[in-house]
Amino acid sequence: MEKVIRTEKLTFTYSAEEARSFALRKVSLDIEKGTFVAVLGHNGSGKSTFAKHLNGILLPSEGKVYSFGFDTSDPENLINIRRNVGMVFQNPDNQLVATVVEEDVAFAPENMGVPSDEIRSRVDDVLKTVGMEKFKKHAPHMLSGGQKQRIAIAGILAMEPNVLVMDEPTAMLDPVGRKEVMATIHRLNKEKGITVILITHHMDEAAQADRIVVINAGQVTHDGTPREVFAHRKELLDIGLAVPQTVEILDELGLKDVALSVDECCDILEKYLKG
Amino acid sequence: MLKDITLGQFFPGNTFMHKLDPRVKLVVCFVFIIVLFITENLAAYALAALFIILGVKVSKTSPKMLLKSLKPIMFLVLFTSILNIFYIEGEVLVRFWILKVTKEGLMTAFYMTSRIIMLVCATSLLMYTTSPISLTDALEHLLAPLNKVKFPVHEFSMMMTIAMRFIPTLIEETDKIMAAQKARGADFESGNIFARAKALIPILVPLFVSSFRRADELATAMECRLYQGGEGRTRLNVLKLTKYDYVFMVFSAISFVLMILLNVVGI
Ligand SMILES: Nc1ncnc2c1ncn2[C@@H]1O[C@H](COP(=O)(O)OP(=O)(O)OP(=O)(O)O)[C@@H](O)[C@H]1O
Ligand SMILES: [Mg+2]
Repeated sequence: MEKVIRTEKLTFTYSAEEARSFALRKVSLDIEKGTFVAVLGHNGSGKSTFAKHLNGILLPSEGKVYSFGFDTSDPENLINIRRNVGMVFQNPDNQLVATVVEEDVAFAPENMGVPSDEIRSRVDDVLKTVGMEKFKKHAPHMLSGGQKQRIAIAGILAMEPNVLVMDEPTAMLDPVGRKEVMATIHRLNKEKGITVILITHHMDEAAQADRIVVINAGQVTHDGTPREVFAHRKELLDIGLAVPQTVEILDELGLKDVALSVDECCDILEKYLKG
Repeated sequence: MLKDITLGQFFPGNTFMHKLDPRVKLVVCFVFIIVLFITENLAAYALAALFIILGVKVSKTSPKMLLKSLKPIMFLVLFTSILNIFYIEGEVLVRFWILKVTKEGLMTAFYMTSRIIMLVCATSLLMYTTSPISLTDALEHLLAPLNKVKFPVHEFSMMMTIAMRFIPTLIEETDKIMAAQKARGADFESGNIFARAKALIPILVPLFVSSFRRADELATAMECRLYQGGEGRTRLNVLKLTKYDYVFMVFSAISFVLMILLNVVGI
């Protein structure tokens, strides 16, 4: 499998004086093309700091980050890296630039110097992808949170990136908006083969990923499939993370199985109760 | 709700005026104002008024909206007219007590008033029929020559766009902060002017803090979207002159030349 992102002993500190307070410490990870990776961690554990290294917004204090084989610490590579690694943040309000939806979505391709007629077709395409084509002439401030976040995603997709890094994209959304955005992200991953790195506090969102990376105090503590990671309920609790309710119930009952969906949990329980 | 405010004063539509290139509208409006200020002739002003009325009709602007836009300047207009009427020396028409009304004063007052009213009408028409984004776009294009003297034209228009984008967001936020402070017993409606100004501090401080955070996040988001200033940037909507623009330009030019001619001939 092709590795789209590779970090080697990535270490980062925000303040040069307090060299001891590392936001990230020796994080070495490989992320393969097309995977859906969820990153979990308690508040202040270093998730956002990690995300910002992936497209060179922050540069490692020590160690290396390679995106598509390009070293992020070389300024010459930045443009290439950023158009391949798109980033969506928590607050959609602080990511939209223009007063009209289609103008906002066009922002990145405009910066890339894409010819006008191609920008037009890209904008129409990505708005369709996120299901917002009806709103292209709207003003962003008239949209709901979930709709705004989908516009923000469209704005990134217009760069045609291969990796989508999302820092808690659903944190400010209501349940409906959350569902809309998650469905969109999963569709992009399945249909377009875009690699997704999703930072989240929602365990049910993480349960649907291919791989979970847990960060605590700047270090990777767990890395594996949801089944593997959620099997360590005790350890996760110790670093302030809950597991999905379906996992919790089975664990309380002393069962070894890990259920990622309600249906799966029901099946296991049924089997258990019937003896 | 505050959230429903429109940006600027733009009324979307599909009329002749809406279809015009914003650059053309901006230039015509500007020239119109200049012509108004260099002419002082009844017939020319009648023509100018006709020009405005035609604009209102063609753009399907409601005259009521236009009158509303005149409201804030009514006081200024009245005040200067009164000063003009009584203080300009000349052929005395009426005299009572120490005040006298002169013919010259009356005429000057009339021209001043018409000038200001038509100026406001013309700019309002421009704002009503041009979206803020095409307006900043037009400004960027028209000011482009200033790039030569190192004036940051692109940055200026980017700033305008972002400002317009964030006005509704900040208004909404102010709303929320005010509600939060009221819930804690803040009082914005009573007391003298100092007390009220002081009551605003708990609103302004959080608003400032959050604006800085927003600015920081927006800058990062723009960086992620490959923003590197105006150089090498292309646009989604390219401004292009159409038949409508030529018709409008020729028509306006003829009207303005006529106005100046009438002024010179002095009918
Ligand atoms: N701009 C900054 N300057 C200095 N220290 C910072 C800065 N941003 C974050 N930190 C510190 O770095 C550490 C990691 O922060 P980070 O924002 O990466 O955490 P996070 O996992 O994203 O948390 P959250 O779940 O709250 O978003 C924290 O201890 C935080 O206080
Ligand atoms: Mg964070």
